Amino acid sequence: MAAVSQSAMTAEPSVASPKMTARDLNLFYSDNQALFDVNLDIVERQVTALIGPSGCGKSTFLRCMNRMNDTIDGVTINGKVTLDGRDIYDKRIDVVQLRARIGMVFQKPNPFPKSIYDNVAYGPRIHGLVNSRDELDEIVMTSLERAGLLKEVKDRLQSPATGLSGGQQQRLCIARAVAVSPEVILMDEPCSALDPIATAKVEELIDELRSNYTIVIVTHSMQQAARVSQRTAFFHLGKLVEVGETDQIFTNPKDDRTKGYITGRFG
Amino acid sequence: MTDMASLMEDRAAAKVISDKMHKPVDWDSPKIARNIKKRYAAERRFKIYGLSAIGVALLALFVLGFSIVSKGYSAFFQTYIQLEVHFDPAEIDPDRTGDPAVIGKANFDGLIKQSLRERFPEVTSRRDRRDLYGIVSGGASYDLRERVMENPNLIGQTRKIWLISGDDFDMLNKGYIDAEVDESSRRLNDQEIGWYNALVEDGAVEKQFHARFFTSGDSREPELAGIWGAAVGSFYTLLVTLALSFPIGVLAAVYLEEFAPKNRFTTIVEVNINNLAAVPSIVFGLLGLEVYLNVMHLPRSAPVVGGLTLALMTLPTIIIASRAAIKAVPPSIRQAALGLGASPVQTVTHHVLPLAMPGILTGTIIGMAQALGETAPLLMIGMVAFIVDIPGGALDPATVLPVQIYLWADSPERAFVEKTSAAIMVLLAFLILMNGLAVYLRKKFERKW
Amino acid sequence: MSLSFLLLAVAALCALSFYFGRQRAVALSGGRYSNLHSLPAHYGTYVALWCGLPALLLLFVWHTFQGSVIEAMIIADLPAEITSDSGQLSLALNSISLIAAGNGQHLTVSPEVVDAGRRLANLQSIANAALIVVMLCGAVIGVSLSYRKISPELRARNNVERISRWVMIACSAIAILSTVGIVFSLLFEALHFFSKINPLEFLFGLEWSPQTAIRADQVASEGAFGAIPLFVGTLLITVIAMCVAVPVGLFSAIYMGEYASPKFRAVAKPALEILAGVPTVVYGFFAALTVAPFLRNNGAILGLDVSSESALAAGLVMGVMIIPFVSSLSDDVMSQVPKSLRDGSYGLGATKSETIRHVIFPAALPGIVGAVLLAVSRAIGETMIVVMAAGLAANMTVNPLQAVTTVTVQIVTLLVGDQEFDSAKTLSAFALGLVLFLVTLGLNVFALKVVQKYREKYD
Repeated sequence: MAAVSQSAMTAEPSVASPKMTARDLNLFYSDNQALFDVNLDIVERQVTALIGPSGCGKSTFLRCMNRMNDTIDGVTINGKVTLDGRDIYDKRIDVVQLRARIGMVFQKPNPFPKSIYDNVAYGPRIHGLVNSRDELDEIVMTSLERAGLLKEVKDRLQSPATGLSGGQQQRLCIARAVAVSPEVILMDEPCSALDPIATAKVEELIDELRSNYTIVIVTHSMQQAARVSQRTAFFHLGKLVEVGETDQIFTNPKDDRTKGYITGRFG
Repeated sequence: MTDMASLMEDRAAAKVISDKMHKPVDWDSPKIARNIKKRYAAERRFKIYGLSAIGVALLALFVLGFSIVSKGYSAFFQTYIQLEVHFDPAEIDPDRTGDPAVIGKANFDGLIKQSLRERFPEVTSRRDRRDLYGIVSGGASYDLRERVMENPNLIGQTRKIWLISGDDFDMLNKGYIDAEVDESSRRLNDQEIGWYNALVEDGAVEKQFHARFFTSGDSREPELAGIWGAAVGSFYTLLVTLALSFPIGVLAAVYLEEFAPKNRFTTIVEVNINNLAAVPSIVFGLLGLEVYLNVMHLPRSAPVVGGLTLALMTLPTIIIASRAAIKAVPPSIRQAALGLGASPVQTVTHHVLPLAMPGILTGTIIGMAQALGETAPLLMIGMVAFIVDIPGGALDPATVLPVQIYLWADSPERAFVEKTSAAIMVLLAFLILMNGLAVYLRKKFERKW
Repeated sequence: MSLSFLLLAVAALCALSFYFGRQRAVALSGGRYSNLHSLPAHYGTYVALWCGLPALLLLFVWHTFQGSVIEAMIIADLPAEITSDSGQLSLALNSISLIAAGNGQHLTVSPEVVDAGRRLANLQSIANAALIVVMLCGAVIGVSLSYRKISPELRARNNVERISRWVMIACSAIAILSTVGIVFSLLFEALHFFSKINPLEFLFGLEWSPQTAIRADQVASEGAFGAIPLFVGTLLITVIAMCVAVPVGLFSAIYMGEYASPKFRAVAKPALEILAGVPTVVYGFFAALTVAPFLRNNGAILGLDVSSESALAAGLVMGVMIIPFVSSLSDDVMSQVPKSLRDGSYGLGATKSETIRHVIFPAALPGIVGAVLLAVSRAIGETMIVVMAAGLAANMTVNPLQAVTTVTVQIVTLLVGDQEFDSAKTLSAFALGLVLFLVTLGLNVFALKVVQKYREKYD
């Protein structure tokens, strides 16, 4: 609780040694500003949940953290995002490498139209992380195991990934992200397309992964945020309203807007 | 509760794994750095492949355009030779009747030959004289006759007159015949080139704008051949094509889009339209030959048959474009009209069709442009005949621009190469005009609903 | 009496009927249109339709059959010695039609033929006169029946709409009719051909030389109708064309879709489309007069013997023609790959080219295969380029530097000029046409299915 800022606006969301930070981050889609002076620290080996009503900029913010917004035309960003203290928007930073270090899992499961094995092997292959087939096999197996999928698919690694169920596909996407040994995993509403049982499995998985990875998750569901995260940040109209320990945000929010959202008065 | 059980299992498994500690990749290792370098090189290479593919395509377009323009621009000019012609009354109108019928029958060719002989009196042998007469085109006598018919006062006078030159001398003047090469391997011998040079020294050789190319029909003589006959043939053919394919295409599109129930008939029609759009054009020619000529006994080589054949080919294009245009009209418009008590047919004719018309017209123009450039099916139905007269209607024998191009491309005379290229330039100009119109229509009436 | 005049006359009659029908409806309404079931214009249209449709229908039927009926009548009157021999018969019919048209003065023919010519002219003028009478009768009967029916209770609008609906259905049915027409006209003459030549010999024979004797007294070879050399030639040129069109088209599409700036696209895309709009005869000219000499001259420098009409020249130019076709189709297909797949790949740190090669291209592969098949069918059916640049010699070779001939070239050669619908030479064109039609149809149906299935997958 001590680390939590008391300020109502976006001031001082800082923690002792953050894995990632955002400082005065503004983002424009051509002329529309979508993010306003966002300041946020991400704590290592914790799950940080980004919550807020639709269109509040939480997904946009997430996509800034591994420069996925680079692929969209007409986006301008100013401010600073750092990973281990280095600005990721620095010209010298290689975006390809950056995205390998900061993995991403998307809203809808998006397995490539390849075999299960090839999906997981894709990252290690393109990044040249392995020297032999055995090594690759090991990475694929470990990643699938980490994603809790190995038992279900170990007999059909060569069958197409599109044949898996939605929940399995999403865990495959997590395995795919894990396979390149990222330091941070960004998850953009990873359970929004899944049924409750598959959701439960993915949430379990997130909890497991926390011991090795720093995780940032955007979620629509406050229950999910409460279940899986240690820290929660509330976004509203492109601004970061409040950030703090999850318990504190849900039991004792400082800002009226946070309170209103959490108690269901808008959203 | 198997789900719960497997959940627990997974969890246990995951615990085991996480004990295997997560080992982060050392992104600064030389191996990874090398790999990154390699990947960016591959990226650059890939981009270059793409760029060079477009480069190849554009280069092909440029070479195509350049080769045609460079071969063809000279056809718009024609060499004329100035000769002193004596309009000998004894030859033209010996009895001084002044009757156009008499003058029309006079031997103007003889006058031209006479003046050529006078210009080069040293030429005496029969063979040399025949070569000499080649300086002036066989068609020059018609021009001369016209001139005299218009102005009978010329009779008895001697005038310097510009006469259209023969094709070989035209080629020489345009630089297509190289006087330097060995005499046996060029179309003109040394003597002929000598005459030509003498004429040039007199200032009696000149290039003039070749209006005849645009106003006359086909001819065996390149210098007399023009594209007007083919252009008129194309016009009649397209007229027939448009008159058939536009109404039929639009009605079919309206039916399929607005009225047709989802039944077998509709499905068969749709499958047929899609397949017809991809049937090779020559097959339509075979159809035209068999059905229109052999069964219906329509006249051969006539634009009406060409038009009928091309109409079948254009139909799928028009139907597909019209359907897209009709589909783009939002349903709210239909509902509004139907809600006011308009019948479905009234809804379509009063509201949907006018709104879809720009799209339909665009598709139609594109279809017509395709039809204008089509050659193969017309060869099948005999529009490939050598026709000098300008067709006066859709039932007269005619040829069309692309077929004319094909015919000229096949002709051995060097002069036809430039005619062919020039005809291509004219055809392309029409096509660019039509497609430009289509683009303009689309831009002007493009509507976002 | 020319056709256009007849059509104008019918149009004028329709306009008149519209006017009178409308007037009558107005008169019956007593000044208040609400007394009528439909608008006055509907009554006018009703009468006009009944005037025009029967007349046009009669005209169409008449024109379809007039030629054959008159010919049959003429043939029936000709002496047996002419009609028994088909070659002589067609010659005689030719002279007869010349005489009938008044161009037969210079012909030296038997008196029967001259008589038949006169008779033909006679019959034709009778037929034309009869046509006018019949059309007029049809129009008048239609008008009088419908005009009398006009009453305030007549549901003219519904009637008109019902008729227009049937007209629309008829228009749609023309698509089916043309397919049926194609199939029947090809099949009819092809069967004729196969009654003279064994289909197996045609499909699997290795020698093609259709120049049979036109006249019986000519000493000429029997003619060989083995189409394999044509198929090989067609295939060779198609393969060359695909070797140009597929990589260039595909990479153009990739560059346009993934790399090019909007400005570059705005210039390059229409330029590529120009390539698609150039008439094939222009490509043919280009192939024959620019590319072929270029290849021959450069081949000579390299010590290669390139023939002046080579498969290579035709194939290269055909490839250029098909580039925009491949590129626009594959552009369509690749843009349908969902964005989430791209995101997934970029999210893992893949570069653009890795994403394209490993994710987008494999995902789009079925669609691209469909596009390539459509392009192949185009190349097989392409005529003018090969006619002008590939040559006539039915060489059985896969050497691209030699002249080969194709199915379409042979169809054109066999049918331009003298046609003898009883000789295997002319008929073989239809057999080739049938093969061409079936092959391209098969390719198209298959390709469209592949593409459609692909679309459904990502919808």
